[in-house]
Amino acid sequence: MRQNGRFAQFKDGLLRVSRSFDRARLPIGFAILGAALVGLFFWNIAAGSVSLSFAEVADGLFHADSPFRTIVIDARLVRILSAILLGGALALSGFLLQTFFANPIAGPFVLGIASGAKLVMTLALIGFLSFGINRNSNVLILASFLGAMLSMGFVLAISHKVKRMSMLVICGVMIGYICSAITELVVQFAEESNIIKLHDWAMGSFANVQWHNVIVITAVVLPAFAVTFLMSKPIGAYQLGEVYAKNMGVNIPLFRAALILLSGVLSACVTAFAGPVSFVGVAVPHLMRRLFKTAKPIVMIPACFLGGAVFCLFCDLIARTLVSEQLSISSVTAVLGAPIVILVMLRRQKEGER
Amino acid sequence: MNGTYYVSAEHMTVGYDGKPLIENIEIGVRRGEILTLIGPNGSGKSTILKSIIKELKLIAGTVVLDGHDMAALKERDIAKKLAIVMTERIRGELMSCWDVAATGRYPYTGRLGILTKEDRAIVDAAIRTVHAEDFKGRPFNRISDGQRQRILLARAIAQQPEVIVLDEPTSFLDVKHKLELLDVLKTMVREQNVAVIVSLHELDLAEKISDRVVCVANNRIDRCGTPEKIFRDDYISALYGMETGSFNALFGSVELPAVSGEPKVFVIGGGGSGVPAYRALQRAGVPFAAGILPESDLDFPVAKALAAELVSVPAFSAINEATERAAAARMLSIGRAVSTVPAFGETNAANRRLYDAARAAGLLVDLDAVLKGVEA
Repeated sequence: MRQNGRFAQFKDGLLRVSRSFDRARLPIGFAILGAALVGLFFWNIAAGSVSLSFAEVADGLFHADSPFRTIVIDARLVRILSAILLGGALALSGFLLQTFFANPIAGPFVLGIASGAKLVMTLALIGFLSFGINRNSNVLILASFLGAMLSMGFVLAISHKVKRMSMLVICGVMIGYICSAITELVVQFAEESNIIKLHDWAMGSFANVQWHNVIVITAVVLPAFAVTFLMSKPIGAYQLGEVYAKNMGVNIPLFRAALILLSGVLSACVTAFAGPVSFVGVAVPHLMRRLFKTAKPIVMIPACFLGGAVFCLFCDLIARTLVSEQLSISSVTAVLGAPIVILVMLRRQKEGER
Repeated sequence: MNGTYYVSAEHMTVGYDGKPLIENIEIGVRRGEILTLIGPNGSGKSTILKSIIKELKLIAGTVVLDGHDMAALKERDIAKKLAIVMTERIRGELMSCWDVAATGRYPYTGRLGILTKEDRAIVDAAIRTVHAEDFKGRPFNRISDGQRQRILLARAIAQQPEVIVLDEPTSFLDVKHKLELLDVLKTMVREQNVAVIVSLHELDLAEKISDRVVCVANNRIDRCGTPEKIFRDDYISALYGMETGSFNALFGSVELPAVSGEPKVFVIGGGGSGVPAYRALQRAGVPFAAGILPESDLDFPVAKALAAELVSVPAFSAINEATERAAAARMLSIGRAVSTVPAFGETNAANRRLYDAARAAGLLVDLDAVLKGVEA
């Protein structure tokens, strides 16, 4: 009897320790993300074709007449801010799509949404260029959003027919290929001088974002993030399944429309300014679920945003500094992100879930 | 309709994609009452439940919840009054059992869904009600079907509803968990005066817990009433279109059909001792005669369902000489007898004399011998 009591006490103690660690998981996780963000911020400013010391960075940041002003503010800071905002937007968009399709490998890139946005945007861009009109970032976002919604419409139509998550993703990848093929075709027919401008962007890069773009990005991404965060309660209910969400009082048609619109706006904004960036939308939410050991939206939404920012800052750092020539951001995110996607699929397989 | 119903369907027509399946349904449940839907597979029980909870659009008619047309009520207001336990698999990714139960608090929490101390206490109490304290911290995806069902019930309880709708909550549960689940429901009904609408496959359980029963068959409400009125041998057999075997309303149990043919053994039984022998003979495919049983005997319903021939007397009557003689004669003509009675009491002298006669004539055999003789 006494033995039993002592064992129970021991077990209780162990449980309490693991529980208190779980309670600390939240602040620890956010502290890690915050530290990584700050660290990468300074590393990104300092590193590049010209390496800067800490003093030089500070000089460039705070003194308008500094010789480092241009490189710090106009070349690097703008790129860092866009990587942070667009990376966060991508990861958040992925999280929303995963919630919507109840599918852990859904994301704007794998579902062909980014490619759809790219196609319509290319059309718009070539239209602008050939008529000699200056490209207007608001119109570009609109075109990109239109393309994203078109692809999303296809994916939605297919999702009614196929229930298996792998099939849905395969269909999304196919849509992506079709859109890319058409994009390429259109680019072939465009005038030569226009192609060069398109090339960088079509590969995916944070290099072409300018200060006035950052303002537009901020104006789109931050409100979308805020609205998403305020929706964390119905998103949590929806994670249980539609029937229960409805019984809990979620207005399902309205909610589904909001989810589609938000994820569309977020991924369209990314595509409009940085081109298609692959796998961030799938990899980051998965990493965040592992880090925080929860799928609760109230944690996941800020975590995905921060995680996406950190992930993209890191990938952009590699893209800028690995070789003398700049790599496209997608090639880095794919190398780091795609294995994670495969891992998720293997884990699902093991757990026998569909 | 009756104004005291808490939930009622009025002229409700249900179906899928605008095609009516069951028309003009009129059912209702009061608080403190369990309304059970029974009926064969595919008869439309789930369709009715899904229509009541607004998962399916009504084709015609209304569902009234607490005096209001449910179509006009806000989802959130409905959620505070009506909780569900449906058959859909819930996707609780990375959620503990406690987390899943806590989702029941959804209609009561604020904008961001953060649980207050009071909410947590209510969830804890719901977990206790379904006896799930032992596994409340475990991942919801890693527990057994029985535990999952209890957590879903805890979730419904945490919602503090006035009516709970459950679609076949006892499927996949073992007998212990079936009883526990229904006991919790019954307690909720008694102590918190909730109304319950439930569909069940298990007729024996339906008979025991229901205040009223609705029979759904052939795309209509076939009958509606108290269990005493519904659970009659012939009606249940007809409702389910049972062509083999029979239903015993008293025990709520089913028996396989009797083995017909010339009896090969006479079973002297009584007081419940005969039932195992009857069932063993039925399984082995041996036709048998049974006797002598008053209709009030515990063995009588099973003997009636399984024996090829049965010698019986009216309930609580003494066994008269003529019956005794007829039974003895039949036993002799069959040529073999088995007795299952451990001790004949004072009022059972007739069966004792039958037993003595069998022994004297050398007819008595072991039940195992009869069963084995068939196998050989």
